[in-house]
Amino acid sequence: MIDQIELLKLIEKNSQLTLAEIATQIGAAAADVEKEIADLKAQNIILGATTQINWDETTLDRVTAMIEVRITPVREKGFDKLADILCEYENVTACYLMSGGFDLMLIYEGKNLRDIASFVYDKVATQEGVLSTATHFILRKYKDNGILFKTKDSDDRQAIVL
Amino acid sequence: MSIDYSSKISEVVGNMPPSAIRKFFDLASEMDDVISLSIGEPDFVTPWSIREAGINSLKDGYTHYSPNSGYTKSKQAICDYIKRRYDIEYDQKTECLITVGGSEGIDIAARALTNPGDEVIIVEPCFVAYKAAVTFAHGTPVVISTKQENDFKLMPEELEAAITDKTKYIILGYPGNPTGAVMTMEDLAPIRDVLMKHPEIIVISDELYCELNYISDEPSSLARFPELRDRVIMINGFSKSYAMTGFRIGYVLGPKEIVSQMTKIHQYCIMSAPSMAQFALIEAATNGDDEVKKMRDEYNHRRRVILQGLKDAGLECFVPYGAFYAFPSIKNTGLTSEEFCEKFLMSKKVAIVPGTAFGVSGTGHVRISYAASMENIKTAMKRLAEFTDEIRKGLV
Repeated sequence: MIDQIELLKLIEKNSQLTLAEIATQIGAAAADVEKEIADLKAQNIILGATTQINWDETTLDRVTAMIEVRITPVREKGFDKLADILCEYENVTACYLMSGGFDLMLIYEGKNLRDIASFVYDKVATQEGVLSTATHFILRKYKDNGILFKTKDSDDRQAIVL
Repeated sequence: MSIDYSSKISEVVGNMPPSAIRKFFDLASEMDDVISLSIGEPDFVTPWSIREAGINSLKDGYTHYSPNSGYTKSKQAICDYIKRRYDIEYDQKTECLITVGGSEGIDIAARALTNPGDEVIIVEPCFVAYKAAVTFAHGTPVVISTKQENDFKLMPEELEAAITDKTKYIILGYPGNPTGAVMTMEDLAPIRDVLMKHPEIIVISDELYCELNYISDEPSSLARFPELRDRVIMINGFSKSYAMTGFRIGYVLGPKEIVSQMTKIHQYCIMSAPSMAQFALIEAATNGDDEVKKMRDEYNHRRRVILQGLKDAGLECFVPYGAFYAFPSIKNTGLTSEEFCEKFLMSKKVAIVPGTAFGVSGTGHVRISYAASMENIKTAMKRLAEFTDEIRKGLV
């Protein structure tokens, strides 16, 4: 019997494990793991897998912004209708409904400042129901998805007798 | 005129060989890019909330000696933790002493109990300090060699056979270093029965790895038998379970008649355990369960990878359910433990420790620590399979 939560926690942390590696680590048969993962995908519990990349260390220019959006909810559909529309933009990498002073939080990956400004002015602000926006640019990422961006320290444990 | 220092050193100290683990560390430290699976300490950094509690105590100016046996609130946090986890009640005032790691606890327990010539039963293979502590206290170690076919558990008949009129106390440590063996309450019950037949024998129970148990959420201890509670000195601490080795903080729980005598030695030799660490331990003992669980789950994943790796390398290993060690047999390679470790280090750059470092019963075994990153463990296991393959082909 596979512990579903143990499996999910493991692959959430590392999506690159092979079936055999997962099976060994959680003490299950590879065939069972394969079936469990297929089931979890069918149930929309496993949605996809990405790789955490430190783009600052590459030659690609990339700017990330967090955009707060205040909106008027649409009758019957609430906030979902506008959220669905905004999620259609490929550069919107995350969209959350928030409590507090605004309604939707978008995370947007753009090439540069102008790119993001044009998205906010042309695509977000002009949507029906959008009352206002506030855009925050990310200056530096320290940690994302539980992964630290600083270079990994080597094992600095010293020799000791025990 | 040169001084003959050998005549100046006490015999008992001079005759004590240095730990055999050291040799492999020294060899490994001279080589580049060595993967070390030889270290008996967690690779995790102490959880932040525990570090922060220590830092805050410094900010608040707690930089003085604590009372000899420890701050009341630190001892209370320990007793509350033991009540919660073990369901044993200890009085923080008289039955609890905060020590500089578990090692101090072992040392002062041995010194408090031993008269010259007293026999002390030591359950091997074990932590290298037991025998040394007994010998430094002028006791006579009597070794029980536990066996792989018994999963390195202590068998009641082995204990019975080792007891004589001179037996003063017994030292055992489960979950065990170097074997990873665990003794459940069911396993301990027959040991309790033997001890009930010999009411004069005291037990030193080293339970430093109590939270690193992959078979049961509940720690097992001889102290949990009410009829033995007052004959057990529990040595425990935060180093292994909470990744707090550098804090040097541990504790002793036991009957007040013994703890008070141990406190006397602690008073004269140590004064008090570090104050900063005593504040950090409150956070660990009170709010550390989730952090321990995270580390335990990660160790458990690594444990299974190590066991699979050993299987792939054709080495026989009993399934360890505790601590962070595997203790496979390397007898089928035809090499001795030392040869195996040395050749493995030289040809594959992976450091592990020969089982003989932990007593004669470790002959033919090696200790592999999985307190190392998964990446390093996987690479090391790959190299191990290559190495044993080369041995089989006669290339080593």
